[in-house]
Amino acid sequence: MGQFMIKRALLMIPTMVAISFVAFLIITLPPGDFVDRIAATAAQDGDRMTDAEIGALREAYGLNRPLLIQYADWVWGMVSRGDFGTSFFYSLPVDQLIWDRLGLTSLLSILTLVFIWIVAIPIGIYSAVRKYSLGDYVFTFFGFIGLAVPNFLLALALLYISFRYLGLSVGGLFSPEYIDAPWSLAKFGDLMAHIWIPMIVLGTAGTAAVIRTIRANLLDELHRPYVTTARAKGMPEHRVLAKYPVRHALNPFVSSLNEIFVQIVSGSTIVSVVLGLQTTGPLLLEALKQEDMYLAATLIMFLGFMTVIGTLFSDILLAWLDPRIRRELSGGS
Amino acid sequence: MAHNADYDGQWRLIWRRFRKHKLGFAGLLVTAAIYLVAVFAEFLAPADPNAISPRNTYAPPQSLHFFVTDKEGNSSFQPHVLGYKTKIDYDSGRRTFEENPHKVIPVGFFVKGHDYKLLGLIPTERHLFGPVKSRDRIYLLGADRLGRDVLSRMIYGTRVSMSIGLVGVTLSLVLGVLLGGASGYFGGWVDLVVQRVIEFLQSLPSIPLWIGLAAAIPASTPPVQTYLLITVILSIIGWTGLARVVRGKFLSLKTEDFVKAARLDGCSVPRVLVRHMMPSFASHIIAVVTLAIPGMIVAETSLSFLGIGLQQPVVSWGVLLQEAQNIRAISTAPWLFWPGFMVVVAVLALNFLGDGLRDAADPYAT
Repeated sequence: MGQFMIKRALLMIPTMVAISFVAFLIITLPPGDFVDRIAATAAQDGDRMTDAEIGALREAYGLNRPLLIQYADWVWGMVSRGDFGTSFFYSLPVDQLIWDRLGLTSLLSILTLVFIWIVAIPIGIYSAVRKYSLGDYVFTFFGFIGLAVPNFLLALALLYISFRYLGLSVGGLFSPEYIDAPWSLAKFGDLMAHIWIPMIVLGTAGTAAVIRTIRANLLDELHRPYVTTARAKGMPEHRVLAKYPVRHALNPFVSSLNEIFVQIVSGSTIVSVVLGLQTTGPLLLEALKQEDMYLAATLIMFLGFMTVIGTLFSDILLAWLDPRIRRELSGGS
Repeated sequence: MAHNADYDGQWRLIWRRFRKHKLGFAGLLVTAAIYLVAVFAEFLAPADPNAISPRNTYAPPQSLHFFVTDKEGNSSFQPHVLGYKTKIDYDSGRRTFEENPHKVIPVGFFVKGHDYKLLGLIPTERHLFGPVKSRDRIYLLGADRLGRDVLSRMIYGTRVSMSIGLVGVTLSLVLGVLLGGASGYFGGWVDLVVQRVIEFLQSLPSIPLWIGLAAAIPASTPPVQTYLLITVILSIIGWTGLARVVRGKFLSLKTEDFVKAARLDGCSVPRVLVRHMMPSFASHIIAVVTLAIPGMIVAETSLSFLGIGLQQPVVSWGVLLQEAQNIRAISTAPWLFWPGFMVVVAVLALNFLGDGLRDAADPYAT
């Protein structure tokens, strides 16, 4: 198992290099850069910059170098001294801007995953065991709605409902007095009081999908002979379920955990913009609009890393649950 | 029964199986209706989607009444809506609207309105329904910030939103079939490279990548080009799922006896592919493609909603939802949510249709 984990972790390195390259490429490949943006803003104010001035600014920001050199320089900076470049817009080192937000994004994503887990597994089992009951139909109906409503719309609708009928503003992750406060137990409590709304918004689609998967998987297992055998031996019904078919039905769910996690991280970008959360989403959107390339590239890169690490965990979990996979992955020994 | 299953063709069998799938069939009807709306948007929309009316900013929806009562108390059939009585609330600086029972605006079918070209060919000014006097304005679903008719804008938005799904999926399909097909047919290192690329792309969160690419489109880009660029951006990531399915099908069919027989018979590679292999996976591909469209529609809506996808004056559901972005706007005018409702209906219908097609795709299964 240990060997498998090390092997699997080492395999992540080339993927992470590829992610950093793609992130950098996405930001720098399109025409226009931060200096163009400054020049355009200046021109709007009636202050036309000369070509020499523009050239000098590019020189100062290091934007006149070939793309690959810029990339290599950026990577070397972060590997050798943890320097992710400078945010042009904020005139601050990128790493001063991102850690809090990345931390909150990870926390939100992990909580959402746990939420999906806690809600979807029992409902999925119930729906399969009581197939075609009223409860099954109700959950199936909500499942379809959950799949079809894009989560930013759900966020908007929640904003509207809570504002209209409860007179509350549900946006944000903190009450105003805690936003700039240093971390404390009270601040953490405040975070927990706010985080459940984005968690539910983000988790709905995933929950619906997981219920469907588990229900279908369990239905395939319920009529297998081994279930009948266990029952015939006089095992109580709940133990029959928990011991055999449910275990079997959870396997495909664990192997699709990373897909769900990717979707959560992806969806959180847009939900956090709508709900005004202090996570990576709004910062990334702003950075992209300002052509603040190092900030944007670093954020995209870390969101990519997050899903890669998520995949690593789900693989380890799967290997731990299923010895067949463990053997296959560690090279047949 | 005149038909015996043994003699029916594959597509006929699929159709029969599909007919039995109630949700799938309902999905087909709704999807067809939505695409009809997209095609005949100009005819169906009662008003010009870009006509502004400063007097009617955030006017609430009017309800349709069918009978008018004259002074003698006789009622007669005359569909109409009631005009607004406007008051300006100086505290909030907003207009408040009330129905004015004395201001009857007759509504009729096939009325004259703004002129357009039906199907882009036939010049006309007839609309399915609308105010009888073309100077009147009706707002069945309310008005937006500039007094534009939400219903008409939603109908026009259908065209862009639904077609972007189709165009995006077509592009993804071309990429998916080429790369997935090559991967499955040739195997070896081609397969290895394509599979690694797919795994890599699928392990990345797509929305940050999409917004990264879409934010790079300059605001001054002409609408048609923006539209095409957005579809390209969506397909860059969207092809992976389709490629997987195509590859899987190629791999499983490659070793089938009838494919081997065709090859031994001296059929050329394209003939084996098109004549012998295509028919057995075309139905699956159609199902997978249908299930991929909703994702595209939602992606476009999200991008446009964030303000980095399509831009005004192009009207798509996402562009319309930009109006509903802040809490003030939606608390004054909750009817701005209607385009979101259309997104949900379209996504549901396409999902049901796709599910039905997938179940019907293999007519020989039990």
